[in-house]
Amino acid sequence: MSAAFASSRTNGSEVVKELAFFAVIALLMSVMLLGVETVDRPTGLELAVRWDLVLIAIGATVIGRLGLIFRRENISRLGQAVLITLSAVAVFEMFVRFRELDDRWVSPVFLDMVFSSVVSTIVGIAFVAIIFATAYFTMKDKTAADVDESAKLSSKIQLAYRSNTKKIGLIGIIFFIIFPFIFGEDRSAIDLATLVMIYIMLGWGLNIVVGLAGLLDLGYVAFYAVGAYSYALLSQNFDLSFWLCLPLAGIFAASFGIILGFPVLRLRGDYLAIVTLGFGEIIRVVLINWYDLTGGPDGISSIERPSFFGLADFSRRVPEGTIGFNELFGMEYSSMHRLIFLYYLILVLALVTNFVTLRLRKLPIGRAWEALREDEIACRSLGINPTNTKLSAFAIGAMFGGFAGAFFATRQGFISPESFTFLESAVILAIVVLGGMGSQIGVVLAAIVMIGFPEMFRELAEYRMLIFGAGIVAIMLWRPRGLLSFRDPTILLNMSQKEKVAGEIK
Amino acid sequence: MTDNKLLEVEHLTMRFGGLVAIDDLSFNANKREITAIIGPNGAGKTTVFNCLTGFYVPTEGRLTLHADDGPRLLERTEGFRIPRNKGVARTFQNIRLFTGMTVLENLIVAQHNRLMEASAFSLAGLFNLGRYAKAEKEAVEKAEFWLEKVGLYAQADWNAGNLPYGSQRRLEIARAMCTDPSLLCLDEPAAGLNPRESAELNVLLQSIRDDQGVGCLLIEHDMSVVMQISDHVIVLDYGKKIADGNPEAVKNDPAVIRAYLGEEEDDELPPEVAADLHLDPKAQ
Repeated sequence: MSAAFASSRTNGSEVVKELAFFAVIALLMSVMLLGVETVDRPTGLELAVRWDLVLIAIGATVIGRLGLIFRRENISRLGQAVLITLSAVAVFEMFVRFRELDDRWVSPVFLDMVFSSVVSTIVGIAFVAIIFATAYFTMKDKTAADVDESAKLSSKIQLAYRSNTKKIGLIGIIFFIIFPFIFGEDRSAIDLATLVMIYIMLGWGLNIVVGLAGLLDLGYVAFYAVGAYSYALLSQNFDLSFWLCLPLAGIFAASFGIILGFPVLRLRGDYLAIVTLGFGEIIRVVLINWYDLTGGPDGISSIERPSFFGLADFSRRVPEGTIGFNELFGMEYSSMHRLIFLYYLILVLALVTNFVTLRLRKLPIGRAWEALREDEIACRSLGINPTNTKLSAFAIGAMFGGFAGAFFATRQGFISPESFTFLESAVILAIVVLGGMGSQIGVVLAAIVMIGFPEMFRELAEYRMLIFGAGIVAIMLWRPRGLLSFRDPTILLNMSQKEKVAGEIK
Repeated sequence: MTDNKLLEVEHLTMRFGGLVAIDDLSFNANKREITAIIGPNGAGKTTVFNCLTGFYVPTEGRLTLHADDGPRLLERTEGFRIPRNKGVARTFQNIRLFTGMTVLENLIVAQHNRLMEASAFSLAGLFNLGRYAKAEKEAVEKAEFWLEKVGLYAQADWNAGNLPYGSQRRLEIARAMCTDPSLLCLDEPAAGLNPRESAELNVLLQSIRDDQGVGCLLIEHDMSVVMQISDHVIVLDYGKKIADGNPEAVKNDPAVIRAYLGEEEDDELPPEVAADLHLDPKAQ
């Protein structure tokens, strides 16, 4: 072995040192997490010590690390694959044992499981074979040329994406428009798409405040709540229709945005985040405690569903004096009509948000937002009123939150303060940050990842937080500024967008 | 002579707690002239600028800008209103560009107020109505004019942060000029420039004075800039004005020499110390 290492940068004693270091780390990490366990015995709660788990954890770490050292130093492809496979089997063994309470030292659970039936033998062999093959065939001598190649590829992808954002956006819009035709009868698919679309709209709304104006808002859900309660209360107390309430909900939310904006004008960064967080909580607590108006924790139920622009109704039994949607178009009654209508409604609202944002970016107000994000003092020296600029960002962002809230209320038919917790604000902010601040397509991707995936893979709900954590770590490592974090200039003088991007990548 | 006054500073005093940064300072700056304010570090030069441009509210004193539409009291104007309607524009000692935005965008942001009006506070702009489109075109033309002027036309689409240092300085001047000021305050525009760049800066500032008819107020340590282009020099020390006049006169003013180089102190040293110093010059 030492002969093998002699040719490379690392010598034997260094390898031993490295392995010992990782063994100690594995020991420290596993001793409390795996090694000690509380067991409920008839005599009371007892501590059980599971040295087998600790040993396996250390073994898996050391073997795996050795495999990685082999890989780094480019030694024996077969050896690398064997070591990495062994390590993976050990990790599997550890997980299986962790779930069983009795401590068994000798017979490995993995082998027991594999030989228990024909199917499990096949699965077991496949498991080992896949890991072995992956380890064996991904092994490659990484030279400088390869690194160059991969950098070139990533810049090629970036160039393709950034010079075709319009086309990509258009394809996305077409996909979302024909979505109900593909999944027309699948109720859960339409429901999920509607939910994702609500978050896309909220993400786009918050993007104005956080992405463009650079004001970190942790209480965005408050405006969502204001919009939802505005519609619910106006419709119940004054019998106003959804189509009249929608703009009103936006106006109410915008005025709350201004109310929030005034006291926080002087604040920035962390301080602003804390105050907006508090504002979000104030709204929620008021909704819970103002029982006479909001119904407190009971919420507001049987909120009116939207009609087809006041022309027709979606219910099976239409009220006196109106006609059903199916009658209007001479179709069979289907409960899907309303859902599909709601889907298109939120799609249109979200697209309006998007186009208004894109347009505002190219207007003086949008440029002033971005300038304010870059340097507030310079803005003042150029005659830009920072107060108005910030307030307009808060108000416009809040307005779209209000629209989304009114839509949420009419879709659910029931709202309560529980829908407007801090967690919602955090999710919306995560969508904006994950997508890449200021990137419209990034928000869509992030909303699908954050809202769509957890709903689609409900069977894996147990591991949701685990996958979530791994995902966040991966994002921090590879794309710390969000999935698509590029700023496209609002106006170009003598370059095309493509040239500009190409120049930036180099 | 009185019609020619652009800026009148009367009895300006600025205190920060117990520290008197500016002490009863009065001076005038004239139209179509470059007025330089010089002085050792900590003399209060930048504080004067911060008072003029509304970043500080002076403790005492009156600051009058004689703009085309009549006199304005700067100390009573909100900071962000001072640059409006042919007001006072400034650059900063440590450059403050919008580094993530392009060079052209920097110059268009500077024309915010006119564009905002043309876009009817975004309502008309949202639908790209004719008036806004025209205003934006004019704004781009103005930006192009200044880009040519400071020699950054080819870099118009670069991110401002990617420009070399000297170009960033020139861009900041162009950005300030895009607000259409009647007085331009430059805080150490030649700091960090090489001799060729500072010669170019001289030409640019002279052109701003002669072609645009804009009065300049200049803080500068680089004497080659100050002595060559300024029409009028004011020297500050410890917040007080110690000299005021044309460059030649100021250069030879004993008070100025004392402030910059210190006094001849040999006589005041105790005789034995002076003797030691003269005996063994290498010991110093």
